[in-house]
Amino acid sequence: MSAPSLERPVEQRGARPAILRDRPGAAAALTLPLLLLALVASVLVAVTIGAADLSVREVWWSIGDHLNLIDADLSVLRDGIVWEMRLPRVLTAAAVGAGLAVSGAVMQALTRNPLADPYLLGLSAGASLGAVLVLLTGLAVSLTVAAFSGAMIALLGTLMLARSLGVITPSRTVLAGLAVSSFAGAITSLVIFWNTQGDSYRQILNWLLGSLAGADWGTTKVAWATLLLVGIPVIVYGRVLDAFAFGDTAAAALGINVSRTRWLLLGGTALLTGAMVSVSGSIGFVGLVLPNAVRLVVGSRHRLLLPLSALVGAIFMIWVDTGARTLFEPRELPVGIITVLVGAPIFVLILLRNRERA
Amino acid sequence: MTTVPTSLGARLEVCGIGAEVGGQRLIDQVSFSVPAGAVTALVGPNGAGKSTLLRALSGAGPRSSGVVLLDGEDLYALGRRDRARRLALVEQEVRSEFALTVRQTVELGRTPHQSLWSLGSADDETIVAQALERADAAGFAHRQLGTLSGGEQQRVQLARALAQQPSLLLLDEPTNHLDVRAQLHTLRLLGSLAGEGMTVLAALHDLNLAAAFCDHVVVLADGQVRAVGPVAEVLTPELIGDVYGVRADVLSHPRTGRPLIAFS
Repeated sequence: MSAPSLERPVEQRGARPAILRDRPGAAAALTLPLLLLALVASVLVAVTIGAADLSVREVWWSIGDHLNLIDADLSVLRDGIVWEMRLPRVLTAAAVGAGLAVSGAVMQALTRNPLADPYLLGLSAGASLGAVLVLLTGLAVSLTVAAFSGAMIALLGTLMLARSLGVITPSRTVLAGLAVSSFAGAITSLVIFWNTQGDSYRQILNWLLGSLAGADWGTTKVAWATLLLVGIPVIVYGRVLDAFAFGDTAAAALGINVSRTRWLLLGGTALLTGAMVSVSGSIGFVGLVLPNAVRLVVGSRHRLLLPLSALVGAIFMIWVDTGARTLFEPRELPVGIITVLVGAPIFVLILLRNRERA
Repeated sequence: MTTVPTSLGARLEVCGIGAEVGGQRLIDQVSFSVPAGAVTALVGPNGAGKSTLLRALSGAGPRSSGVVLLDGEDLYALGRRDRARRLALVEQEVRSEFALTVRQTVELGRTPHQSLWSLGSADDETIVAQALERADAAGFAHRQLGTLSGGEQQRVQLARALAQQPSLLLLDEPTNHLDVRAQLHTLRLLGSLAGEGMTVLAALHDLNLAAAFCDHVVVLADGQVRAVGPVAEVLTPELIGDVYGVRADVLSHPRTGRPLIAFS
């Protein structure tokens, strides 16, 4: 019993630097507050960028005025551009990016598949279907509830299909997700085809490609409430995902309640994805690429991976969306096109790097 | 000399364990007991149910009936975490899709000892370092798991199990894919762990390894126990012929006097 403390000195002290070296934890923990700062800075800088010719000072006046920090004299129009358009859009983008990145990281761990994300398992397609049904057929349900229900049904469909194929394995889960995703996508197309004419077609297309153009304070509230009420608990509880590194049996043998953990976390990601899709449409590759990129830098331990993914996802989304609304002025690009344009090559790089390692 | 402290050896009593997967009964009414502080080999033909039994015993795999007593304590009546502090399972050929270092893998063994909020104590670090050393994996603790040979990976999984500080260690084919030297090393290590009081149950394919290094043997065939007892009493030509359908002669090892099985 007393052996460790008595015998420890020489060797243990010698080993100390090595412990620090293969424990990026200490160093990486510092990146957490740094990224938090970067996120705040990104919000503040991104709202100053845009088509309307506003000075940085005017933008600050508007925000300061609304927060009752200063008493600024700004025209209603100019004030509205900042307060009613840019700020809620930037804040929504941040929450959507964080939510999708966390969902992706959790699903990758649960399915033991670095390529898993809300899109691959059919959640986004299900959420889109739910949302399109509400948008086009006038069902008396809120968009968020419909999108969440769609995501959850798609998730259940994917997992039940995977289970009926036998023991749930990563590849079976992904194949089942592909089937569910295609099916939900086809029904969505059918609903759009029957119900859409003229202008609304363009609107729906915009939404299906993933766009934050419709962001306002309402979407900001939905996205942030879900992120805080669901995303934060998922990030905290997600620490147990470390034990899933070697599969379900290994996790169970380490004392983890595998099925409870799986359903809690999958339910959480369905909620997150549903809420984010209801706000922004399907924005691809965020849940796939960012957690993998973060993993390359800080390793696979979820106590770091999940919060860092959330922060990097938020920052990434803010800047990609800023690009989407300003790069091709006066035309605005659906942000989903940019995330795929940026994400696909990064994804290929990750694949190539993993191959070298293996 | 560093040792991984364990609770003192525990006698394992298995009573009527059965397991079904997909409606198919893989093991049925399996009962045997294993003495404390000894290495027991679990042998039997492919498909006999060895892996299913080990998983069921660990509480991590499917199980439809039966009781397992560890030192008189009902394992399945314990909470998951309590159980994971008493026994550890080393599975066959485990892989991770994600990049983990050897040390991070071994740290997973501390999971049942930590709460959701804890960050890992200095004790945990000491125990992990000792487990690494014990399993002869300290030399490559900083390396990525994916860069290791099969034998090295096996040692890492063993170190992970030792970090759990179990009194019962279950291993599924721990010598699979190892060269002779690594096989002997692994079995000697199991022997010395048992010598310190750990109870070890290892599924083995190689009957000669079982005969040379294990104290007791449990023979499983078609999901049922065929024989249990000291190696020299159980591994007879009749039993081997009966269970495996091969012709075998049991000789005496010229140096150790232990059974040596020759096939023809």
